[in-house]
Parts: sequence; C-alpha cells; structure tokens
Amino acid sequence: MGRIALRVEGLGKQFPLRNTGPSYDTLGDAIVRFAKAPLAFLRPKQPAGRARSFWALRDVTFEVRRGEAVGVIGRNGAGKSTLLKILSGVTAPTEGTAAIWGALGALLEVGTGFHLELTGRENVYLNGAILGMKRAEVARRFDEIIAFAGVERFVDTPAKHYSSGMLMRLAFAVAAQLDTDVLVVDEALAVGDVEFQRKCLQKMEQVGAVGRTVLFVSHDMAAVTRLCSRAILLDRGSVVADGRASEVVHKYLHGGTAHGAAVREWADVALAPGDTVARLRAVRIVDEEGKPAPEIAVNQSVGIEIDFWNLRPEERTAVSVALHSQEGYCLFYGHDFHAPGWKAGPRPKGVVRSTCRIPRNLLAEGLFTVSVYLHSRGGTESHGSEADAVAFTVVDRSHRDDPLIGSWSGIVRPALDWQITVPP
Amino acid sequence: MSTRASEYAPQDPAARSDDADGPPTRIIRPVSGWLPLDLAELWRYRELVFFLAWRDVQLRYRQTLLGIAWAILQPLFTAVVFAVFFGYLGHIPSDGSPYPLFALVGLVAWQLFAFALLQSSESLVANQHILRRAYFPRIVVPMASIGAGVLDFLASGAVVAVALGWYGVHPTWRLLFLPMLAVQALCTAMGVGLWLATLNVRYRDVRYTLPFLAQIWLLATPVAYPASIVPERWRSLLGVNPMAGVVEGFRWAILGTGRLSPGLLGVSSIIAVALLVSGLYYMRRMEPRFADVI
Repeated sequence: MGRIALRVEGLGKQFPLRNTGPSYDTLGDAIVRFAKAPLAFLRPKQPAGRARSFWALRDVTFEVRRGEAVGVIGRNGAGKSTLLKILSGVTAPTEGTAAIWGALGALLEVGTGFHLELTGRENVYLNGAILGMKRAEVARRFDEIIAFAGVERFVDTPAKHYSSGMLMRLAFAVAAQLDTDVLVVDEALAVGDVEFQRKCLQKMEQVGAVGRTVLFVSHDMAAVTRLCSRAILLDRGSVVADGRASEVVHKYLHGGTAHGAAVREWADVALAPGDTVARLRAVRIVDEEGKPAPEIAVNQSVGIEIDFWNLRPEERTAVSVALHSQEGYCLFYGHDFHAPGWKAGPRPKGVVRSTCRIPRNLLAEGLFTVSVYLHSRGGTESHGSEADAVAFTVVDRSHRDDPLIGSWSGIVRPALDWQITVPP
Repeated sequence: MSTRASEYAPQDPAARSDDADGPPTRIIRPVSGWLPLDLAELWRYRELVFFLAWRDVQLRYRQTLLGIAWAILQPLFTAVVFAVFFGYLGHIPSDGSPYPLFALVGLVAWQLFAFALLQSSESLVANQHILRRAYFPRIVVPMASIGAGVLDFLASGAVVAVALGWYGVHPTWRLLFLPMLAVQALCTAMGVGLWLATLNVRYRDVRYTLPFLAQIWLLATPVAYPASIVPERWRSLLGVNPMAGVVEGFRWAILGTGRLSPGLLGVSSIIAVALLVSGLYYMRRMEPRFADVI
C-alpha cells in the first residue's frame, strides 16, 4: 500500500431542486409565475430555498492510496459525477473537504472543447490545453496521439469531415496522455467501437501500473472489476459499500442499494428519469404469472414490464431495454416498436405499459441487469434512461432427474435441438 | 491539470499529513464570500488563454468571403457614414482635423472597446460546455475572448495609417501613448464585461441589454463629436465615462489635435481600474457556482 493520495471527508453537495424548465431566471419567468398563480403570495410561503433543494452528495468519506485504482459505481443520480466534479474543481462542495496529494487531472468527458471547424491538429492542442497540458508536452507527444487515434492522414482536415468514430478516437488519444499523479475519469470509455475500447482499457491499465492513482466512474461493471482493485458504491449521495471491486460490484448488482432489485418505481413524475416528452414510472421483473420476482427459473420466461408517462404522444416515444450479464456484457437490446401494430405509431397519452418476455431456456444461471431507455424518432432522440434499473437472478430449480441441471458455463443456455443419429 | 487551490493553513484538520509525504497539494472545501484573486494560478493557465484566443481568431473569419478585411471595412464604412451625416451635413466640429479622419480614429478606438465588451460579456455562456466539464480559473475565458478583437484593432491600424498619409498628417512622439490608451479601453471593456458575463450566467437578460447598452454608450462618448463642445467646467465629468478619455486620447496621440485634459484622463483611468478590479472580484466570488447554474 502506498502513501495517501486523496482524502475525502464529510463531502456534501446541495443543489436547488429544479424540476421544470431551464436553470436560469429571467424577469419574464417571474412574470409568468405571477400570471399562473396571481394569489400565490397570499398562501403561506413554501419554505423556500432549503426545502426546495436536495443533497446530490452527503457525508462522503474515503481515502485513496497512491497507486490504487478505485471504481466508483452506482445508479444514475447516485452522485458519482458530482463527486468527480468536486474533486476536479469544476464545482465547489457545500460541506466537507477533499485533500489531494500531487497534481490531479480530470477527464469528465472526452473531447471537451472540440470544435468541428478546427482541424484535427488544432483540436488536439486546444483540447490538451483545456485538460491542463502544456503546449510543449502536447507537441512532444503529437505523433503518438495521432497514431493512437489512427488519423494520420487527416491531421490537417477540419474535424467536421471526420467520422464520429475518428473524432472519438482522437479525443481519447489526447486524454490518454494526461499523466497526473491522480486521475479522475468519468464514463469516458462509453464511447467508440469495441476494438478501440479495448485499446483504451489497455492504456488505462498502463496508467494504473505506473503507480498512478485512478478514480474511475463507470457503468461497465466488467471494466470496473478488471481495472480496479477496489470499488466504492454510491447510492443517493452516500457511500453504501467500499471494498474489493468484485464484492462491491456483486453487491450493487444484487440490489444492495435501498431499492428492491426486481422492482423500481418513481412516485414523483418530476423526479423520474425522462423529460417533458416521457418519463419512466416503473420497471419490474415479473414471472410468468405477472408477479414481481427477483428470481426466475431457467425454464421460465422472464417478463420485463416498463411503465412510463407518455406526456407528448405526438413525439411517438418508444421504449428500449438492454440486458447485461454480471460481467457487464450486453446480451441484447430490444425495442417496443416491434410490438405488433405499434411500429412507429404513437402510444396513448398517460401511463403506458410496455412488456417484453425473454423466452424460457435462454439465460444461463447468473445475475442480469436491465437498462431502460426512452426515445423517439426511431431512436435518434433520447428522452431519458436508467442504467441497471432492475436486476434479477436466473436459477435452476429443475428436479434431479432433469438432464438440464446445475451451473453451466456461458451466459446463455438455450435448449438446443439435438439429434443423435448414426451417419450412413 | 490542478484543482482549485485553497489556502493552506497548518492547523487545518483536513491537511493533517500523517501517513503522507508532507502536506496535501490542494484542499478542496466549501467556498463563500469574497475570495482572493489567485493570479499565480492564472499565470499557470496562460497557455489556455492563448489557445482559446487563437481558436476565436481561427474561427472568426473562417467560411467568410472577405476574411480579415471585415476588420478594416467596419470602421471604414462607419466613418464614411459619420462623415457624410455628421461632418458634411451636420457641420459637427472636429477640433481642426478633417472630419473623416477625426471620426475614423474615434471609431477605431471605439470598436476595440465595443468588441471586447460584447465578446467578454457573452464569453462564459458561449463556452458553458467547457466550463461544465473542465476546471481552470474562469477568468481565462473572458480574457481570451478579447484576443480576436485586438487583432482586428491592429488590422484597422493599417487603415488609419493610410488615411493619415492621404490627409498628410504626420504622427509625432505622442503616438507612444497609444498602447497605454488601448490598454485603458480594454480595462474598461473587461471590467464591465466581467460584471455582465457573470450576471449572464444566471440572467440571460444580459444578452438583450447588450446591444442597447453599446448604442447608448457610443452616443455618450465623444466619437462623432469632440469633447471640446462640452463646456470646459463640465469636461472632467465627461471622464466618468472612461471611454471619453480613451477616444479623446487617441485623437490627441494620433492627430495631435485638441488638448489632452489631465482631469478628464485622470478620472477616466481611475474609473477604468475600479471597473476592472471590481469585475475581477465579483466574478471570482461567483465562479464556484458557475458550473451549477450556467
């Protein structure tokens, strides 16, 4: 164990609660508020300010030692990004302290400040400067950056002519050069193709190997388990688990958070994931009788039930789900516009329920998580999502005489159609 | 590459360094009230100021037909319009210089100021994407935003030189005062720009106030008319508008006309510095919340 690199003590961040509209005020807003409720001022005042705020982060305390790679995991809104923003200095905490030994570099997003009118070369220098690198440093590693991104031939082409993949690779290649004592990385790997992701992960592993301290926020449990020796699980702004990465990941996936693993519901439409077009109301794992169930037998089908508030039906909101294995592999995506008769058709206004069934004898034993996405216009416009909204376990409850028993290797375990014959 | 610096106090419990190599490099803690400016940190980010300014210069005339010629055409055409309406038709005095030259010099000074004011006021909102995702002293952004305007100013200097040759006016040693006056124009623009940029983060009304403000300010500044038409005893009062001193100073330095009223210039400089310093502290006070409210 190295010496201390980061000590976070009682860190908290309070935000004013804003459930509608933009965050900035104008005189016009005040007039509209008055017009909507002209007598509001006669009613007893809502405890303004304090009560209309929430803690994105509260009483977070932990230490990180030099050379440690720590994964920060948790659901959307658990406070992961807020924590990283405070550590990077983008926003100030409301209470508590964080002491850092050594220089800290933050990668809250790849390609911050990229401009499509600028050439690849210009973007590399600008992005490097925004990340806090010296010009001489960027110049020295310029060839390496360009080679890593594989855009040698397009260095002096405006970025608007790049493919999105090239742009992402270039952005990550710059970021990968950040070699501060402490590095905080937010979801930066959720980009690019699989091949490039692997390259990035290797680069990250190297980063950890040279004794650098890394704090790594991710939804990719496989990456966290692989890259980090330790993980911190945040739930609603607090640390609920801190320990060996594999154990914490396991706890997170098993619903170690305050919510039931198989059911997730949002009572308040204003706080639910989504926007003015649609918001999630509930996600449930149901068995063949339609009852919520955290455990489903291998030879039973798994129902995923999604309720959402369809606020603007004309936008033709649809629902997608993604199923991930415990190791973080995505098994499949599914879209509810494949429901018969609903292709691209508007759903009724109000609460809509989309249910899909994963066939029997498809999943092997293990833990699976379901992510849910609300979108419209054929998936081009996103209205909200909840990563790892619910989780369920597939178990084998068959009798001893059943040939399909026990734990098999693999993520899926389809009932294959075997034939045994004697070839002529 | 570094986080927000806070002052390190030896008794600070957060700084206890048991089990560490000395005290921490940085301590992040809640901030409120008036903060010190931390110019050392700004110096560390000087390259970012350069790169952001350079980006604006790169983008400013990209995909335009006339390119940098815009920097020359704007004051030139405005000067022609002024010369026709105010000089030729309006018979507005020009302290003995040819009116077109008189107006051109005033306009070049004015445009340096006006561009810096508009750009710095919009700069934080225009770069909100970066502000939300990377840390650096926020003052970097408005500072960098005036870079492109300074370049335009230098380009328009060429027009003034040609005009001087045309009218046969020979510059004197007074030209040496020009950089100082330009700095005063930028100080004034930055001072007001910092206030407006900071307010703009929360109240987008600023965006709609700006064109109006710039117009009123232009009329209140002796650009189209000489300060000498203001009665002598009120002239120092004119200096309450720091741009009055700058524009008059420009004419004095380039055309050699008029008298540089020390009272007017003195009041102008004091106000320019006051605006800048107060703007810097106001922005520093509000900047920890930028990322939350922008």
